[in-house]
Amino acid sequence: MTIRKYLVLSVVIVCAACGDVSLARGIRAFGAVTLANLPTLYIALFNPWIGLGILLLIGFFVSYLSALSWADLTYVLPATSLSYILMVLLAKFFLHEHVSFGRWVGVALIVTGVGFAASGPEATPGTHRHNRIETVYGPVGALGEAADSGVEP
Amino acid sequence: MNHLAVWGGIAAVVIASTVGDVLQSRAMKEIGNPGLVRQSHGIVGVIRRVVTNARFMIGLAFMAVGFFCLLVTLSWGEVSIVGPASASLTFLANALVAHIYLKENVDRRRWMAALCVAGGVALLAR
Repeated sequence: MTIRKYLVLSVVIVCAACGDVSLARGIRAFGAVTLANLPTLYIALFNPWIGLGILLLIGFFVSYLSALSWADLTYVLPATSLSYILMVLLAKFFLHEHVSFGRWVGVALIVTGVGFAASGPEATPGTHRHNRIETVYGPVGALGEAADSGVEP
Repeated sequence: MNHLAVWGGIAAVVIASTVGDVLQSRAMKEIGNPGLVRQSHGIVGVIRRVVTNARFMIGLAFMAVGFFCLLVTLSWGEVSIVGPASASLTFLANALVAHIYLKENVDRRRWMAALCVAGGVALLAR
């Protein structure tokens, strides 16, 4: 794993958690949305918090897809589940929500799961296209990724 | 709404979300690292490769179906059941389908990771 790849996973984690919390922060200003006041959702789009939340979730989706291009799904999902923990921390300290003991146990379980996933390789050899591109074109080595696949550029 | 309908809804969420995740993962493995593709084909090339990939678009459609199934199921049952059950079962279903369809090496370590995260998410969402 290169620093660049850790950075992509970090962006997935931060954007997912901050995006959800930002949406939650924004939608609270409008109260409960029901079929009777559905147009409220359109007005909500112009709320700065909701706009920020949408931008962050776009950032999440782009970085998530990027991660899937070089890592296994069964690596990316547990590795990026740290976003749930960040979300709990933001909910407690930013939204001032109550976090029960059971939820802290959940946080501990997720940290354990991330530890299991992160201690292994991120990709099954030969299943990702960029490994083949590295073999053919070589310049990928300049990004420090050839070393990951064990291919000499 | 009875328990059978709620669990049927949860099953629909899990199936649609898993199919969406797995198809998108397969698509991105085919498309390659967007950073590398951008170097050779530019940002337009990246976007074109993504939106013209059938698996990616079908995966996106399944994710949308999963989202709407979740909304409908939430209107049938309690959030404290629907939320944790669908999120944690999706984690486990992803591991199973990734092993079978994507041929990923899901060893004991990754199964433990999936089980721990699924349990943790279930506790968090309650």
